[in-house]
Amino acid sequence: MDIQTWTYVIVGLTFVLYIGIAVWARAGSTKEFYVAGGGVSPLANGLATAADWMSAASYLSMAGLISFMGFGGAQYLMGWTGGYVLLALLLAPYLRKFGKFTVPDFIGERYYSRVARLVALLCAILVSFTYVVGQMKGVGVAFARFLEVPFSTGIIIGIAIVFFYAVLGGMKGITYTQVAQYCVLIFAFTVPAIFISLQMVSNPIPQLGFGGTLSDGTYLLDKLNMLSVDLGFEEYTSSGMNDRVNMFFVTAALMFGTAGLPHVIVRFFTVPKVRDARKSAGYALLFIAILYTTAPAVASFARTNLIQTVSNKPYSEMPNWFNQWEDSELIKFEDKNMDGLIQYVADKDRNELIIDRDIMVLANPEIANLPAWVIALVIAGGLAAALSTAAGLLLVIATSVSHDLLKKNLMPNISDKGELLAARISIAVAVIGAGICGLNPPGFVAQVVALAFGLAAASFFPAIILGIFDKRMNKQGAVTGMIVGVFFTLIYIWYFKPQLGGPGTPEGYWFGIKPEGIGVVGMLINLMVAIVVSRLTAAPPQDVQDLVEDIRIPRGAASPGALH
Amino acid sequence: MSKKNLKEYWKRNLKYLLILLFIWFFVSFGCGILLADYLNNIKLGGFPLGFWFAQQGAIYVFVILIFVYVRLMNKLDAEFDVDEK
Repeated sequence: MDIQTWTYVIVGLTFVLYIGIAVWARAGSTKEFYVAGGGVSPLANGLATAADWMSAASYLSMAGLISFMGFGGAQYLMGWTGGYVLLALLLAPYLRKFGKFTVPDFIGERYYSRVARLVALLCAILVSFTYVVGQMKGVGVAFARFLEVPFSTGIIIGIAIVFFYAVLGGMKGITYTQVAQYCVLIFAFTVPAIFISLQMVSNPIPQLGFGGTLSDGTYLLDKLNMLSVDLGFEEYTSSGMNDRVNMFFVTAALMFGTAGLPHVIVRFFTVPKVRDARKSAGYALLFIAILYTTAPAVASFARTNLIQTVSNKPYSEMPNWFNQWEDSELIKFEDKNMDGLIQYVADKDRNELIIDRDIMVLANPEIANLPAWVIALVIAGGLAAALSTAAGLLLVIATSVSHDLLKKNLMPNISDKGELLAARISIAVAVIGAGICGLNPPGFVAQVVALAFGLAAASFFPAIILGIFDKRMNKQGAVTGMIVGVFFTLIYIWYFKPQLGGPGTPEGYWFGIKPEGIGVVGMLINLMVAIVVSRLTAAPPQDVQDLVEDIRIPRGAASPGALH
Repeated sequence: MSKKNLKEYWKRNLKYLLILLFIWFFVSFGCGILLADYLNNIKLGGFPLGFWFAQQGAIYVFVILIFVYVRLMNKLDAEFDVDEK
């Protein structure tokens, strides 16, 4: 069978599986719809969190990014995993003890204020929506390239699938589908990595393999360093000219942002107990780490393979995949010195080859000559990654509208049935809205992902931490802190992102900090403002102080929503 | 649980947090970024050590930290009799 047929078969089978799970896991109440009934086992929640977390970007783009960045790519690896330590130690157990449905729930009750709840609600929708549009685009691209349907058809298929299981099953359907999606995506990511590791360094474990030796006896990384330096690039493994200050700040912004993202936090409301919330965060990181430790291995294998395949080789002898990617203009070759050979070098004037780094994961199995079914599997994995993340984000948006806006603000007397219907309608609207934006993505989508992390770090993370660890924190402090932190971050990112129309240039960066890393500064400003303002205003009422005492100890954790 | 016990429980919790978060900071921002150049002079098989921490080691330590925290807290909860029945 050829790649095309394999892709139809494997992608079709996984979709049948997702739909089957959705039918089995229908939601019958708001509690099931918002937090899967609060009865998800820590292991299942860990798997679902991992799938929820790993988006099309982690799956398709990250290894490619690292293979072109070398050492500096570690900012994504550490940044997107380190946040889970913060989640497990500082947030998850306490939020689970608090036992409500959403992040704005916590903010609203801890800070006894509708304004605080509304600010949190707006941040949650803003963060989640910018994120989900990117996922939808990823789904469209993957379908378009491999099923050879138009981009728009690809997105419509994606919308139909997500629509089906998100509207029907809510959090319950999404959780169990994500468990299946994790299995698909991790299998699809590791299988080619193992094959390639065996081929290049005869070691079946890629994590160890990229520290191993090639058939000629040299260490793979030494060889890669040598090849890179010969072509004028920096050494792959050294921080060289990499900007250390920015690596520090970007890593930190991604970590604190991860810990503040509502679609991740809400997952810890679904387990039965406080101790389950702690354990579940551990499982989640373990499952994420499997992909995140394989990705840098894939990156160095791919980089070595690529250089050896193309550098100084005749263009006429390039393998099939090279020409296929040329057709989609993701590889471009221009024979500047007309010698018929490919010069791939760091020097821009002499370099003849431009490679889109996003193709590395998809092209990798082809570069390594793996069988067709492996390539089809990688495509199914990419779709699983994009769909699972999109579903989790859409649920946050829907919950924010039906629970935080309708039930808690506009229509407090709405019945459980009415609220469930409202939740279903809002998720349906959100899915379609995201799909439409995915069809006509505003040019700045890629840029706003940085914004999502920066905003989460500068808004939710400090507000929640202070709500738990500082009993004296009151609504004046928290609300002022959030507003100042968010506006500072927004303005800095807008000002220094020409893609968003900002007038700033890199020379003007404060202390040389890139917009991607500014969320940490926003977070620190939020913390300081909140503490100062709270100490100048009245202490929170006694019942709120009691609430804080109560969430600090595990005993007596009610199932979520029981106090409603 | 009495007020005094709660204070003691919370103090122990904060102590665990500080120690674990110090390790968290040290392996990632320390070994993976600030000290990476220096550590790269040491080899771990085919890996320069700073590079290994940044792309592998820090992540392994993160996972271990969470499971250590789970154990410590489960023991602490039992000791102060605040665990869930």
